[in-house]
Amino acid sequence: MTIKRKACIAGAYEHPTRKAPDKTVAQLHAECARGALADAGLTLQDVDGYFCAGDAPGLGANNMADYLGLTKLRHIDTTDTGGSAYLIHVSHAAQAIAAGKCDVALVTLAGRPRSEGSSGVAPRLVTANTPDVPWEMPYSPVTVNMYALAAARHMHEYGTTSEQLAWIKVAAAAHAQHNPNAMLREPVTVEEVLASPMISDPLHKLDCCVVSDGGGALVVVRPEIAARLKRPVVNILGAGETIKGQLGGHVDLTWSGAAISGPIAFKEAGVSPADIQYASIYDSFTITVLMQLEDLGFCKKGEGGRFVADGNLISGVGTLPFNTDGGGLCNNHPANRGGITKVIEAVRQLRGEAHPKVQVPDCTLALAQGTGGLLGSRHGSATLIMERQ
Amino acid sequence: MTTPYTERPLAPVTVDAATEHFWTQAKEGLLCTRRCTSCGEVHWYPRALCPFCMGDTEWCSLSGLGTIYSVSVTRRAGPIAYAIAYVALDEGITLLTNIVDCDFDDLKIGQRVEVTFKPAEGGAMVPMFKPA
Repeated sequence: MTIKRKACIAGAYEHPTRKAPDKTVAQLHAECARGALADAGLTLQDVDGYFCAGDAPGLGANNMADYLGLTKLRHIDTTDTGGSAYLIHVSHAAQAIAAGKCDVALVTLAGRPRSEGSSGVAPRLVTANTPDVPWEMPYSPVTVNMYALAAARHMHEYGTTSEQLAWIKVAAAAHAQHNPNAMLREPVTVEEVLASPMISDPLHKLDCCVVSDGGGALVVVRPEIAARLKRPVVNILGAGETIKGQLGGHVDLTWSGAAISGPIAFKEAGVSPADIQYASIYDSFTITVLMQLEDLGFCKKGEGGRFVADGNLISGVGTLPFNTDGGGLCNNHPANRGGITKVIEAVRQLRGEAHPKVQVPDCTLALAQGTGGLLGSRHGSATLIMERQ
Repeated sequence: MTTPYTERPLAPVTVDAATEHFWTQAKEGLLCTRRCTSCGEVHWYPRALCPFCMGDTEWCSLSGLGTIYSVSVTRRAGPIAYAIAYVALDEGITLLTNIVDCDFDDLKIGQRVEVTFKPAEGGAMVPMFKPA
C-alpha cells in the first residue's frame, strides 16, 4: 500500500504569537486547532482523527482531545520523535485515511518554552528509567552541544567551515525580514554570525534557533473531502520515517536519519531531489540543515558546506529556496519543536500563499524534513513530499 | 587563547541493576562494558541484552585508551566551561564523555586520550578522559 495521493493537507495554521505569558498551553493548542479547521473550511464536528505529541499536556491525547471537545474520534496517534513528530503525524494520518480509519485528521502542536524560561543550554529533561541517562548525564549533554559534536566531526571529515554554516542563518534571516510574525526580522551577515558568542564549539549563538512560544495545526483529509473544500489541494506524495541512535557504540556522526527517511519518501513519491522546488528543512541549528540537505541527496555527502554558501538557499537567489518563513533560526520554534511549521510553510508555498518576496514561482512540488531529539545521540527523522494538485 | 580545565561539581550517579557493577569497578580505577556471550561483540552503553543480536551479555574490562572522535567545548551552559566528547576506544566502541586535565583550546579530533576518574557527590568515581 502507498499513501501517494491518498490524502491531502486541507488546513494549515501557524499561531502568530511568539510570547504568550497569559495563555495556557492547552489554549494555544485549541487556538491552533480552530485556525487550521477554519483555514480548511471544516468544523470541530468533522474531526474523527487526532494526532499530538509530547508537547500536548496530559496523558497522550486523552486530556487534549477532551479539552478540545473532540467527541467523534475513531483514530488516535501520539507518536513522539521530538520536533519531527508532526511530519510523522501527517504521514500516519494519510495511512489511516487510506486504510479507512478516519476522514479528517487534526494535528496540533503548541508550547510556551519562552515564557517558561527554556534554553538550549539547560540540562535536558530526564524521564525516569531512560536507559542511556546514567551513562551520559554526568557529562552534561545539553541540546546545543549534542549538535555541536556533529558539527565538529563534519568539519573534521569534510573541511566544512563556520562561514559555510553561517550562510544557512543568513538565508533564513533574508526570508524572515518579510515575515511580520517572525521573532527575528533583521537581516544578518556571515560576519555577524561568526562574531556572535561561541556557545559550544563550533556553534555560535546565531547558529542556534530561537526559543519561542506558539504553535501550529494541520488538517489532513480524504481526497474526496479536499475536492469539495475551497482551498487549493495539496496532495501527500510520499513519506519516510526512522530513528537513528548510537548504533551500539559504533557512533557515526557524519549522517542523520534523513539518509534513511529521505530515500523512502522519494521512492514513494516517485520524484528525485532535483525535482523539488521548495524545501522546509528542520533548522534547530545550522548544522542540522547542512546534514539533512546532504542526506536527502540535494548534494553529495561532504559537499553541504559548498552547497549552502553564497545564498544558494535564498528564494530568488539560489537553486534551493528553504524555510521561506525564516524557519526556526529566525521565525518560530514553538514548544522547541519545529516540525509543524516546516509543513505549514511548505503548504503556503504550494498554495502560492507565501510572502510575495519569497514565494517560489509556480511551486508544485515541495519537501518538508524534520529531525527531532538530538542529532549527536538519538533522533527521529521524518521526510514528507507534497504536491499542488 | 587558553581555556583551562576547571573542576565542576558532579551530581550523584544513578545506581541501579544496570549500573551498580560499573560504578564498583570505577572506584577501583577500572573501565568496563558488556560483551555478548553469543556473538562476542562488545557494545556501549552496557546492556543486559546485546543490541546486535539480543544475546545475553557479561561484563568485560576495557583498556581505557582511545582517540577523540569529536569534541565540543561548551562555554555558555553555566559558569564553568567543559569539554564534551565522543571517545573511540581501542576496543571499537565510542562513548560520550568529558575531556579533563588539559587546555581545552588545544584539543583536537584524533588526539590520543586515556581514562581518568573524577569524584561525584555521593562518592562515585566517574570515568573521563585526559590527553595521553
